[in-house]
Amino acid sequence: MKFGVIIFPASNCAEDCYYVLSSLLNQNTKYLWHKSSEAIDTDVVILSGGFSFGDYLRCGAIARFSPVMERVIEFAGKGGLVIGICNGFQILTESGLLPGTLMKNTCLKFICSPQYLKVENNYSVFSKKYNSGDVINCPIAHNEGNYFADENTINKLEKNNQILFRYCDENGNVNDSTNPNGSVNNIAGIINIEGNVLGLMPHPERSSEKILLCDDGIKLFKSIIESYN
Amino acid sequence: MTESYKQVGLSEDEYNLILKQLGREPNELELNLYGVMWSEHCGYKNSKLLLKMLPVKGERVLQGPGENAGALDIGDGDAVTMKVESHNHPSALSPYQGAATGVGGIVRDILAVGAYPVANLNSLYFGKLEKAHQRYLLAEVVKGIADYGNCLGIPTVAGEVHFDDAYEGNCLVNAMCVGLTRSEDLKTAFAKGPGNSVMVVGNLTGRDGMGGASFASQELTKESEENRSAVQVGDPFVEKLLIDACMEIFQNENVIGVQDMGAAGIISSTSETASKAETGIEIDIDLVPKRESGMLPYEVMISESQERMLLIVKEGKENEVNKIFHKWDLHAVKIGNVTDDGMIRVLNNGIKVGEVPAKSLTNPPLYKKDIIKPEYLNYIELLDYKDLPEPDNYNKVILIMLDNHNIASKEWIYRQYDHMVQLNTVVTPGSDAAVLRIKGKNKAIALTLDGNGRYVYLNPEKGSEIVIAEACRNLVASGAKPIGVTDCLNFGSPEKPDIYYQLYYSIKGLANACNKFNTPVVSGNVSLYNDTEYGSIYPTPTVGVLGLIEDLNHITDIKFKNADDCIYLIGNFSNEIGGSEYLFEIHKFVKGKLPELNLDIELYTQNAILEIIRNGLVKSCHDVSDGGIAVNLAESAVTGNFGIDVSINSNIRKDIVLFGEHQSMFVISAEKKNENKIVGILKKFQTKMSYLGSVTDEKIFKISVNGNEIINLDLAQISENYKNSISKMF
Repeated sequence: MKFGVIIFPASNCAEDCYYVLSSLLNQNTKYLWHKSSEAIDTDVVILSGGFSFGDYLRCGAIARFSPVMERVIEFAGKGGLVIGICNGFQILTESGLLPGTLMKNTCLKFICSPQYLKVENNYSVFSKKYNSGDVINCPIAHNEGNYFADENTINKLEKNNQILFRYCDENGNVNDSTNPNGSVNNIAGIINIEGNVLGLMPHPERSSEKILLCDDGIKLFKSIIESYN
Repeated sequence: MTESYKQVGLSEDEYNLILKQLGREPNELELNLYGVMWSEHCGYKNSKLLLKMLPVKGERVLQGPGENAGALDIGDGDAVTMKVESHNHPSALSPYQGAATGVGGIVRDILAVGAYPVANLNSLYFGKLEKAHQRYLLAEVVKGIADYGNCLGIPTVAGEVHFDDAYEGNCLVNAMCVGLTRSEDLKTAFAKGPGNSVMVVGNLTGRDGMGGASFASQELTKESEENRSAVQVGDPFVEKLLIDACMEIFQNENVIGVQDMGAAGIISSTSETASKAETGIEIDIDLVPKRESGMLPYEVMISESQERMLLIVKEGKENEVNKIFHKWDLHAVKIGNVTDDGMIRVLNNGIKVGEVPAKSLTNPPLYKKDIIKPEYLNYIELLDYKDLPEPDNYNKVILIMLDNHNIASKEWIYRQYDHMVQLNTVVTPGSDAAVLRIKGKNKAIALTLDGNGRYVYLNPEKGSEIVIAEACRNLVASGAKPIGVTDCLNFGSPEKPDIYYQLYYSIKGLANACNKFNTPVVSGNVSLYNDTEYGSIYPTPTVGVLGLIEDLNHITDIKFKNADDCIYLIGNFSNEIGGSEYLFEIHKFVKGKLPELNLDIELYTQNAILEIIRNGLVKSCHDVSDGGIAVNLAESAVTGNFGIDVSINSNIRKDIVLFGEHQSMFVISAEKKNENKIVGILKKFQTKMSYLGSVTDEKIFKISVNGNEIINLDLAQISENYKNSISKMF
């Protein structure tokens, strides 16, 4: 399976995603440059975490005007798989591929920490390898991870099973005390209605090896690979 | 003219020396160049002769002091580079920008030796958090470090934070960066080959950070507030691009020499690279890309605008270099050439505006002063134990100790730092040391940055030995062999005899310990003039130590892992508690004799610990330091989320047993079945251990001394005090 990892200026988690896909999962992986206007020729595109364009103006707001994003939108429109992690999620909401927005954490501080997530369902190509209701550890590292959308949008997300991951504690409890950043309904990750675009604030690449915290996150990438085969 | 030397921070003698070296009066530009280059910050004129005491050579040393960063061989052709640097004065005035640019500067030092930055550490000292201004300083400094380091994608993995009135008017912000490269790819800062091009790359040059080096070499006063323009402004986004562009450019051989533009900007980078290579440099400041118009020649030369580097590029390869920087939307502009005449020649639009020998700028006069014992050292070690009533409620004491900001968890701080990016951080902040694996290899490095100003104040030599010993102990407890040191010497004004004495004996102590542990000092920085109207800071050397772990299975942390594991104590009790957190927090004294440290015993013990870890016999290991055994046990219990049931026997006072900061001491947890093997290994190293008790599932923290249970608390209560003490201040 062919993966493309986009490099925007200061996409500082691109190498981490590249490492997990190519070194740990032996997938054919390449970098895609933000100034490129060539059509996407991979099966999956990853927008990694980081500080694209320094997070200046607003997170993801400048990156979304990059030439490569026109191609990503086109690619997603044809059903291509797109994953936005952290800053990548922010770019996807800015570019309209996913609904809602990511506001400042309610504590107004950057948070880097291990984080439990509840896998809401395993119907998705991105969550196949999990069981519905699994509690996984997937670290967060963000300043603007507070997911917000209007009530109508949230209702649709809930109704269509578009919410894939929610913040919880180690026992799977989802409530205000287990919400690290103020996200509506503890939302940590969502898919679009067609199911081919995923955005999530936590970093699955950071829990992809036992030596680093745990390997709960790697199943997300394995889910995609398995659906392809 | 004769009076203007004072304005640039030079003495009359120094000015006369310049007249002699030039054979004429310097013009205004030249005088300004001397002013910054002969400041303590750039020229080390008061400290250089003392620094010669430090060991700088060793079988693993690839590059020692004098380069942008030191480098150590970690086997298989891999090299680790490291350096620590102060940004104290800028942070005192403008904490956010001061701390941020402190990170930026040290990262460029690592970049300048051709290494990819893989970890940041920091050492922070403030006044007490009960004061609003100190809370403001902490919050802003932490945010400055976080915003800058996080954007760069470099994990901030370890450090220390202290709170003491001694730093109230003059906080300390020391930033350390660690890089990784192949030994053969190390870059040096030599302007070799007359005819080669001198290029400035990265950000534009503006009026920010004017004369920062001179400003850092003076005492902080109320007037310093007006010196805010001496504080630089950082742009982490540009720095990240600079890192990516430099890493790309280093892949070919077009770049011959690299120098970070830090203190004293263009003048220091040109004169240092030329001086080292025995060449000269001619530049035209008209060619320097500027942020603002109308800058005077000396302003361009000494500006400390951030995110700039000086490259020495092979003649004819300028376009190739430019192409890569252009890809990353950065400038790379040729501003001059390397020459063979040993002069730094400055042109402005083709007209010569200044010319001085490079070596004259980089060789300021060096001063050595008499060593005079300070008055306070005659009585500061006197402590009558009768003045210390023994506590009647030890539950209360341990809760106070854990609530003490110097001891309490620093999670509120480190969770603001991205400490996981790059996927190498195996042991995250909150343990004795950070551990980073080396991808694709069965090895890891351990890192710590540590200091203890109060100890060094009470006994500059012994205190400094302890600082190194304690830092090495942190690494050993993590399973690593200490292999090298970088140091930042934060002191008051060397013009005061007391301070000069502290500086001399502190360096001597560091040297004693580094010699003993075979940990050469490969890089460092000196920050003097940390004085304010409140007086001088405690003499505070901070030491960054690198450890090597040669098998990933040896990585160890402080957390208790399983109920029923046995807890053992390795090491001997000391009867002295001078300088301890207990004496300070509970009895409000800063005096007394430091706990005894015997460097030989320390080394045996460290080697013994390493051996038992390497044999896979321990579950957790934690050295005894601030707050003594009681705090040590609490930390392992809280982070592992287990209770303990422990009993200690000793014929010395209970409070000293529990809270004394006994040297060369570790607590380990292990399975009962491994006890004999551990004892066998310890015997080889002339070291003993005693059984203390066990890890328990019951979430109760119980300690008896000589058969009497004196501490019995819910783990939840211990945890609450330890974890929330700092966050609740905000």
